[in-house]
Amino acid sequence: MTSNASLVRRLLLVCVAMFGFGFAMVPLYDVFCRITGINGKTEGVAAAKPTGIDLSREVSVDFLARSDADMPWTFVPLTERVRIHPGDLQIVEFQVHNLSGEAVVATAVPSVSPGEAARYFKKIECFCFEEQALAAGETRAMPVQFYIDPELPERFKNMTLSYRLYKSTHTASR
Amino acid sequence: MSTEHTGALHPGQHLEHEHKPRGITRWLYSTNHKDIGTLYLLFSLAMLFIGGSLAMVIRAELFQPGLQFVDPHFFNQMTTVHGLVMVFGAVMPAFVGLANWMVPLMIGAPDMALPRVNNWSFWILPCAFTILLSTLFMEGGAPAAGWTFYAPLSTTYSSDSTAFFVLSVHLMGVSSIMGAINIIVTIFNMRAPGMTWMKLPLFVWTWLITAFLLIAVMPVLAGVVTMVLTDKYFGTSFFDAAGGGDPVMFQHIFWFFGHPEVYIMILPAFGIVSAIIPTFARKPLFGYESMVVATASIAILSFLVWGHHMFTVGMPVAAELFFMYATMLIAVPTGVKVFNWVATMWRGSMTFEVPMMFALAFIVLFTIGGLSGLMLAITPADFQYQDTYFVVAHFHYVLVTGAVFGIIAGVYYWLPKWTGVMYSERLAQTHFWCSLVSVNILFFPMHFVGLAGMPRRIPDYALQFADLNALMSIGGLLFGLSQLLFVWGVVRSMRGIGEKASDRVWEGAHGLEWEIPSPAPYHTFDTPPVVK
Repeated sequence: MTSNASLVRRLLLVCVAMFGFGFAMVPLYDVFCRITGINGKTEGVAAAKPTGIDLSREVSVDFLARSDADMPWTFVPLTERVRIHPGDLQIVEFQVHNLSGEAVVATAVPSVSPGEAARYFKKIECFCFEEQALAAGETRAMPVQFYIDPELPERFKNMTLSYRLYKSTHTASR
Repeated sequence: MSTEHTGALHPGQHLEHEHKPRGITRWLYSTNHKDIGTLYLLFSLAMLFIGGSLAMVIRAELFQPGLQFVDPHFFNQMTTVHGLVMVFGAVMPAFVGLANWMVPLMIGAPDMALPRVNNWSFWILPCAFTILLSTLFMEGGAPAAGWTFYAPLSTTYSSDSTAFFVLSVHLMGVSSIMGAINIIVTIFNMRAPGMTWMKLPLFVWTWLITAFLLIAVMPVLAGVVTMVLTDKYFGTSFFDAAGGGDPVMFQHIFWFFGHPEVYIMILPAFGIVSAIIPTFARKPLFGYESMVVATASIAILSFLVWGHHMFTVGMPVAAELFFMYATMLIAVPTGVKVFNWVATMWRGSMTFEVPMMFALAFIVLFTIGGLSGLMLAITPADFQYQDTYFVVAHFHYVLVTGAVFGIIAGVYYWLPKWTGVMYSERLAQTHFWCSLVSVNILFFPMHFVGLAGMPRRIPDYALQFADLNALMSIGGLLFGLSQLLFVWGVVRSMRGIGEKASDRVWEGAHGLEWEIPSPAPYHTFDTPPVVK
């Protein structure tokens, strides 16, 4: 039999561990989603250049731009759809127009659909990698350079890249 | 289980220990498991009526289509606070109260292992609920995001009372964790000689397993409310996509706590029913070992099924199938329990005193709730049922006619032992039949309106649901009024009105708690009994 004190100590340890586990679920969730690719999240950093090109097939990629109704800007894709070979480098632009009379900082959060294909969507350069500081009334075309990994399974014929533009939390809380 | 009386069990010997402190300090400073058990039970009874009043506001608003009495924001506060009060204020403390009273008596211990912790874990609760209920009177109102407080409703769109809500949930969690640790240590270390693991009464087993669930998941709840707090006030982005977070993750963390929580609220009721059925069937419990194993497997499986609360968030098919099959798997140990109870009654010499009536109603109505749970577990069907009154019907069958009926059955069963007098059987039978009829008028039609598409947590509804909603509201009022009979019966017994109860109370009762005098002396088992 263990003494009361040591039993209590062990049980408290379980509580502390489970409190920690609650927070550990945050990175675990991201890791799990990245490994299984089920959340449509793309890598937040630049990918390497493509190594080969698969001329035998084409994939169509649609572009969407969204933001909350109360955001002080318009945000649209300048190209709505491209058809490309996997491995082919492509640049498209999204345009943001700050309608307000003051400077704002915006963050774009990407999402790829279908989610399982997200890991084959490789971005070499993207305006979503960093915050965008917009001057009052400024219009800016923001580029994203990407390619589709030739490893992409055959069953994916269409993909959609969607951006949602948020006010950066740093400025929002100010 | 056969027991042998030792010196501690002679009634006369207890009289010299009856030094009860007097006045309010008896209750404020109490470290006596029976006093604290009583406090817990009275507190949860008060919370049952407060939570019930909030439900009556909901039912009054839904009596007719259109907006009558309250505005939608206040309606949302009612559903939210009703849920929080009932889950954390009524059901959980009632079980802890029963554990405080009965676990030491059942295992032959003189008190709980950590009496001062026990005092503290109770007295935190009134503070927590004062804080929670005070938010109703604050500017912006009480939390209104549902008892599940999904982000971003509880972060971006919540009122300033969120901080009070988070603090009160933290306090409830601390209270539950201390209570759970106390129960585990008591059961591990304070069993009478000869009280081996497989001789433990099933109520003790179910509570032991419940206590482990509590220390495993209450800290996760504390974590998720902390994230809500920092997201709202300190600029973190756990659940905010703009900062790289994910609102769906809230649901994953919440339900990782939330599903085991469901079993925290039902396993002790299984234990109570497993004590009552053998007594009134006058047969030992059928399949004791399988009951223990089933309880443990339900507890373990409860960690693997949280996803069935969120089938519609856009999970991959593989995950939906996993959660669907894992959920259906739980029906197996639960079915084992139901069949064991039925087998216990088979060819028993049954009598139908009120504890037995509530236990029988529990078996039938809990099984109805279990079966609607199986329907909800079917992923494609759940896309229809999600967020409708069908879900409301399901969890009220398992929580009201399940957990609450189990608690009431236990209270009637042990009340003569606590107070020393029999309750009025006629009053109690009236209470039972009024409750049984009204609770079904209240909750059964919810299945139909839910299947027909009436959404939950909305203060208005389409006209075709009007008749059934009026019926449900009447059922709700009747069910609430019926519980006044319960209060009357309990108050009567507490004042010592009624026939003197014998030590054994029930002809077919077995176990250490029936070997001590009625009412149970202030101190029991100062010398441990020997269990053979």
